[in-house]
Amino acid sequence: MDLNFSPQDEAFRAEVRQFLAERLPADIRARIAAGDHSQTRDDIVRWQAILHERGWAAPAWPVEFGGTGWSKTRQYIFECECALGDAPAQLAFGIKMIGPVLMRFGSAAQQQQFLPRILTGADWWCQGYSEPGAGSDLASLKMRAVRDGDHYVLDGQKVWNTLGQFADWIFCLVRTDPAAKPQKGISFILVDMRTPGIRVQPTRLLDGSHEVNEIWFDGVRVPVENLVGSENEGWTYAKYLLGHERTNIAGIGAARRELRRLKRAAAATRRDGVALLADPLFATRIAQVEIELKALEITNLRVIFAEEANHAPGPEASILKIRGTEIMQRISELQVELLGPRALAFAANDPATRTTAAYLNQRKLSIFGGSNEIQRNIIAHMMLGL
Amino acid sequence: MDFAFSDEQQMLRDSTRRFIAERCGFEQRQRIRASDAGWSRDVWSQLAELGLLAIAIPEAHGGLDVGAVGTMLVANAVGEGLLLEPFWASAVLATRVLVELGDEAQRARWLPALAAGDIVAVLAHDEDGDGATATPRRTTAARSGDGWQLDGAKALVYHAPAADLLLVSANAEGATAVFVVPADATGLTLRAYRSVDDQCAADVALDGVIVPADARLAGDAAGLQRALDFALAALCAEAFGAMDRVLAATIEYSRQRVQFGQPIGRLQALQHRMTEMLMHLEQARSLSYLAATGCTDPDADARAATLSAAKALMGQSARYIGQQAVQLHGGMGMTDELAVSHWFKRLLAFELRAGTTDAHLARYRQQLRAD
Repeated sequence: MDLNFSPQDEAFRAEVRQFLAERLPADIRARIAAGDHSQTRDDIVRWQAILHERGWAAPAWPVEFGGTGWSKTRQYIFECECALGDAPAQLAFGIKMIGPVLMRFGSAAQQQQFLPRILTGADWWCQGYSEPGAGSDLASLKMRAVRDGDHYVLDGQKVWNTLGQFADWIFCLVRTDPAAKPQKGISFILVDMRTPGIRVQPTRLLDGSHEVNEIWFDGVRVPVENLVGSENEGWTYAKYLLGHERTNIAGIGAARRELRRLKRAAAATRRDGVALLADPLFATRIAQVEIELKALEITNLRVIFAEEANHAPGPEASILKIRGTEIMQRISELQVELLGPRALAFAANDPATRTTAAYLNQRKLSIFGGSNEIQRNIIAHMMLGL
Repeated sequence: MDFAFSDEQQMLRDSTRRFIAERCGFEQRQRIRASDAGWSRDVWSQLAELGLLAIAIPEAHGGLDVGAVGTMLVANAVGEGLLLEPFWASAVLATRVLVELGDEAQRARWLPALAAGDIVAVLAHDEDGDGATATPRRTTAARSGDGWQLDGAKALVYHAPAADLLLVSANAEGATAVFVVPADATGLTLRAYRSVDDQCAADVALDGVIVPADARLAGDAAGLQRALDFALAALCAEAFGAMDRVLAATIEYSRQRVQFGQPIGRLQALQHRMTEMLMHLEQARSLSYLAATGCTDPDADARAATLSAAKALMGQSARYIGQQAVQLHGGMGMTDELAVSHWFKRLLAFELRAGTTDAHLARYRQQLRAD
């Protein structure tokens, strides 16, 4: 047993660090280092272009599609170092979601049309999954797609669409066979956001941000060649998407970055003349979360090691998701508690109150991507055999 | 990065598991517990035959020297099987004290006898019974003729009543030293009792105990800390074994126990509880690995941080898993007849021994720095 990375992987880490030091734009770094989690289109697109220039646009893609071909260990190191180096997270919808689905199930034409533009960041992708009546029970979705000649005609509504206001394309789960059992009549389709009949309406969140949207589809005509795989097989592709690319589901790098910010703030904040990092009560709470994070880091490495040894990915990813989001939320709680009542003076989009905004926003972590309760169901059924 | 165990390491754990299952399974353990001594010399001899008392001894002294990770795997099985014999106290802690602090003659004198199971040794170090003693103060060693006179007291020494030798830490003219004291030495008295987890233990009083010069082990406080750290990783591994088994027993019980016409394991409230137990277990496993690989780090401060992290988190895992295992077993969890209550008590003891959760959290937080 050896918990250290190999010298080759350590050299790779140094290479990533050096790249970040040299190529991450200073204004982006400064924003993220200051705790600004608002995701601007410009930051993400600029960073993606820089990564693409370096050949690192898609850490988890195979080389033949323009990816890096890195091992899961290196993908993990890369994500950690990027987060610790205050780089923005890459947009997941293209790189981590639709990209792998197209590589596995897409037609050659779809792969040629879309994959290169995901790598360069030319296309901004978003996701059309949830509906007002289909959240955790996603298979109950109702948005219709009816075949009409060479087109499908889409009618319905998607909700909790993240950053679709910037999107060029959306991948949607739609119902093509209302008579079949819920999981059987679903198809997976790609829709150009400029198609007539699409209306994007912001859903204002509790932190005042515009991060998610409702999207209305009213007689939207989509060419049949935009169907992924076979009609009514969309659930299979959706499950593949959800099960894919969970190397970073624990968010270790981002949590370490935020913990570092918390500790710096606690060292600089005095209460009754004592730095909070030396205050027994507050420091113990930091210690608790740091220890829990250290454990999760090793748990994450254990999962990666098992995956690289070709053990099938199991429900361990659900453990990473639950504990990772709990840790991130606890750190954001402590960041707010460090401010105390000063965190109450709040104005949306004001940099001075971003700690409070981040706390509010990060409540989403235990809700999205399969709520933590759904993850517990998954663990119970798969791991406990119940 | 490698989380695999070698074939030898797996064999070591498997053979320990098999031995405990065959020779001191739960029914036999109940009989051993009810005996006057509270542990079995027969089992002890057989552990020696299997080589399990030699795992922490260098090969030069007849040992197997399986390292901290090998020791972790044996300790896993010891915790799973709720062994009552002084494996941890003698074959790990006291053995490592002799390895770390003994000079060549002292090692040659005692280690082969420990490996053979001919003697049992324990470290008598803790003075306040809180497991937090770093430096002995109340126990003193003063020169007496060619030897030393020991006076003082030690608290909650696990397996002291089973010991032939007590390794007594003392303040010797300002320096921490450890002395080998025969259990029948004049002036040494034990107040023996059983711990809550049914292991024999004692408070020890030293009143003018005279030992020869060569009873003083050559090493110093740093060596003692190395031995304590190695043993703490093993104690964590023992606790992990108990947590692992008590969760497995709970899952199995939830499959068998039918109420309202279905196994209670189908109830989501209980499923989510067991899921939480599992997450505690997996986090505990990770830090048990960290403790095993980090307990021999030459950097004492790094070692302290690692072990405090492990003990603090695993103490909390032990409490959660133990309490919920009893809860999910319902009334059956309250009985002496099922192993679940015995794992629960072993985990309670773990939580409180070798520094409480709070003590380790305090030690950990004191080294927090903003970077």
